[in-house]
Amino acid sequence: MTGMTSAVQNEISPELRGFREVQRLAYACAEAVAGQFRSGVTEREAARMQRVWLRERGVRDWFHLPFAWFGDRTAFAGFKVPLQFFPTDRKLEPGMPFILDMAPVYKGYTADVGYSGCLGLNPLHDKLLADLEAHRELILREVRERRSLREIYEDVERLMTAQGYANRHRAYPFGVIAHKVDRVAERRWSPSVFGFGTQSLKGLVSDAVHGHRDGWSPLWSPYRFSDHPPQPGLWAVEPHLGFRGTGAKFEEILVVTDSEDPEQSAFWLDDDLPHVRRWAEEKVAA
Amino acid sequence: MNLPGARERRVRTGGVELCVAELGDGDRPTVVLVHGYPDSKEVWSEVAVRLAEEWHVVLYDVRGHGRSTAPKPLRGGFTLEKLTDDFLAVIDAVSPDRPVHVVGHDWGSVQSWEFVTVGRTEGRIASFTSMSGPSLDHFGHWIKQRMTRPTPRRVGQLLGQGAKSWYVYMLHTPVLPELAWRGPLGKRWPGILQRLEKVPAGDYPTASLPDDAAHGAWLYRDNVRARLGRPRADAYAHAPVQLITPTGDSFLSERLYDDLEQWVPLLVRRSLPAKHWVPRTRPDQLAAWIGEFAAAHEAGGQEGTPVQQPAAQGRYAERFGGQLVLVTGAASGIGRATAFAFAEAGARVVAVDLDAEGAARTAELARLVGAPAAWGEAVDVSDEAAVEKLAAKVAAEYGTVDVLVNNAGIGLSGSFLETTSEEWKRVLDVNLWGVIHGCRIFGKQMAERGQGGHIVNTASAAAFQPSRALPAYSTSKAAVLMLSECLRAELAEKSIGVSAICPGIVNTNITATSRFAGTDAEEEQRLRKRATRLYGRRNYPPEKVADAILDAVVRNRAVVPVTPEARGARLLSRVSPGALRRLARLKPPL
Repeated sequence: MTGMTSAVQNEISPELRGFREVQRLAYACAEAVAGQFRSGVTEREAARMQRVWLRERGVRDWFHLPFAWFGDRTAFAGFKVPLQFFPTDRKLEPGMPFILDMAPVYKGYTADVGYSGCLGLNPLHDKLLADLEAHRELILREVRERRSLREIYEDVERLMTAQGYANRHRAYPFGVIAHKVDRVAERRWSPSVFGFGTQSLKGLVSDAVHGHRDGWSPLWSPYRFSDHPPQPGLWAVEPHLGFRGTGAKFEEILVVTDSEDPEQSAFWLDDDLPHVRRWAEEKVAA
Repeated sequence: MNLPGARERRVRTGGVELCVAELGDGDRPTVVLVHGYPDSKEVWSEVAVRLAEEWHVVLYDVRGHGRSTAPKPLRGGFTLEKLTDDFLAVIDAVSPDRPVHVVGHDWGSVQSWEFVTVGRTEGRIASFTSMSGPSLDHFGHWIKQRMTRPTPRRVGQLLGQGAKSWYVYMLHTPVLPELAWRGPLGKRWPGILQRLEKVPAGDYPTASLPDDAAHGAWLYRDNVRARLGRPRADAYAHAPVQLITPTGDSFLSERLYDDLEQWVPLLVRRSLPAKHWVPRTRPDQLAAWIGEFAAAHEAGGQEGTPVQQPAAQGRYAERFGGQLVLVTGAASGIGRATAFAFAEAGARVVAVDLDAEGAARTAELARLVGAPAAWGEAVDVSDEAAVEKLAAKVAAEYGTVDVLVNNAGIGLSGSFLETTSEEWKRVLDVNLWGVIHGCRIFGKQMAERGQGGHIVNTASAAAFQPSRALPAYSTSKAAVLMLSECLRAELAEKSIGVSAICPGIVNTNITATSRFAGTDAEEEQRLRKRATRLYGRRNYPPEKVADAILDAVVRNRAVVPVTPEARGARLLSRVSPGALRRLARLKPPL
């Protein structure tokens, strides 16, 4: 992230605008697809709906292909091997929670978003979603304090435990709560391997190699290799709560810069997202 | 007469005169209680007075029993058809224009199955609660299925029930049963019930027992062979059914009800750790379940109203639905997970912890996962007066605790020589005295109620695994283990089970709050962090311990080591304690 080294003042740079555009597109896709859900839709169908929707709007490459999890799969119940993340023929039923997770690349910019919802009423799911707000605040605060990523990870986990939930992002590869995203070269042919775009993987691997030399990692994990202060760049942050067969997450981009000003040293790329709007509406209602 | 305040009337039908008793407000919906063999309507006295607070309760003596007259001749006078006539005559008299909720025990349940599966009662029955009495038609098909395809398991089931039915064969012999009941058996029966069936002494059974039992033998002779030999093929229930199965029933196998779903479109199962005479031994639980089920289907009697299902559908819902469970140390870790597991099974939960906010949070989430009600209470379990106060409040506001989980505990690590007496006192106060107070105060309430219950104490793998790192903690937990074993021996006669749970290394916040003796604040912080990471890497979830706790209650297990290391240590403590002693000398990797 060369453009990121100078602090962004009042207006965001064209580069960030590109990321914001693709993140909005991805969330618009999630809302559009979720709006079409009816009882009986399967995870495979949901994943295809996302893929088609984004392809129609110009997405040609992916950081990873869209995922969809329904029911207790939102809490990754019984997940042992990574293949279980892929969509299955699980059908959506009334009251069931679901999560859509997609990472499209659009005009060379990557987004990675997670969208939680449920079909009809589910008070427990509402509660989980509402409780995610504290995590969004906690992560931003501690990143601005330049705490080590490993410590922040543990603080998020502690908050989840205090709330009575289990940390389910531990189930992701390397147990990550976040990973770096970056610009991706646009190629005519962009294959994907096990659901991950090769161009993006290349970027991630190259980051990992460079980071390894300099003592940081593009993966934000509970392990020693994340025991370093936040590295400037764009991080797709995805705290994931699980509670007895119900899971909820959000995923959005956190911008970290090397600015001295705490306000500018880290900020969420966009505050106009479905989950943030939802929290604001709840506050107004209360 | 042990039904205070009952209004009596006599109903004439088919050549007999039935004695019908009514309690409660006659304008309310009606619950009809049908007794079994050898009983009279007084078997329901405890349940009836409890139900009468909310319902119009009707009980009647089956023909030939209690103060109803017997048909003449007796042979052929007790067929299910005639019993159905009696039932219709009674409900026409007591609730002419509203369907009733039927509850049957033993033969009362057998005949109620007939009521609820024949066409002429359709629309007259709103719900049926069955205990310890299968439909003879279903039973007939059950036998037939197992005879036509006798796999080893099915043969085992047949033989098992066949052995339990010994008394049915006896009752088919002529004259002898009558002589026995009118002679020595009738005299000894109350004593037998108290000794073998744990029925509390009192004004039950009534003086009419020898005649009831002698007449009632015709229930078997008139129906059993006919129905089991040629069961009806259309015995489908036309009302929702709640099946309450006592798990310790000496006369009926639980397997009898395996195929029940095919006969009953709307079935709710309940199970109860008790023997056959549940109306005498578990009236509180029965009244609660009957009331809840009838209330849920009160609307179901009217056309077009959707029938409600009880919310809890978890694996243990049939055992814990509606029960009152109190968990200490419920603001985090194993206690919290246990509270949630019981909540998921439909139990009402009291979450107790020093941390008021955490306890309230547990209660809030418990309601969201299925507890019909849940409360958070801030109490220090090591404070006897506070626990006394809590017990009084719980008893007054929520009822008697059915399952008590003494889980609150704190950690203390460090060498014995560096542990101060203050630290010793604190750990014993919470880990041991907390359990003692809980068992003493709540256990007493359970024993006084006399309707069973269960106490779970959280011990630890450290109770049998010595360690140089945990002298005080291990001592406290070993005491809890022995206390549980002794208490189990004492409370067995009250049908109260006691289990000690020995979890092992479980990923909870106990490591983050443990005291490390002989260290300053900074070093202690470091050790806590190290221990937390170590436990995090082991990552054994408290939810699995909670599952083990529910399982221990259901199966009434004495000592339950949970994690593999706890099980291994338990095994080694028996076969090779020397190995454990050598392990005890190792310094933990902190």
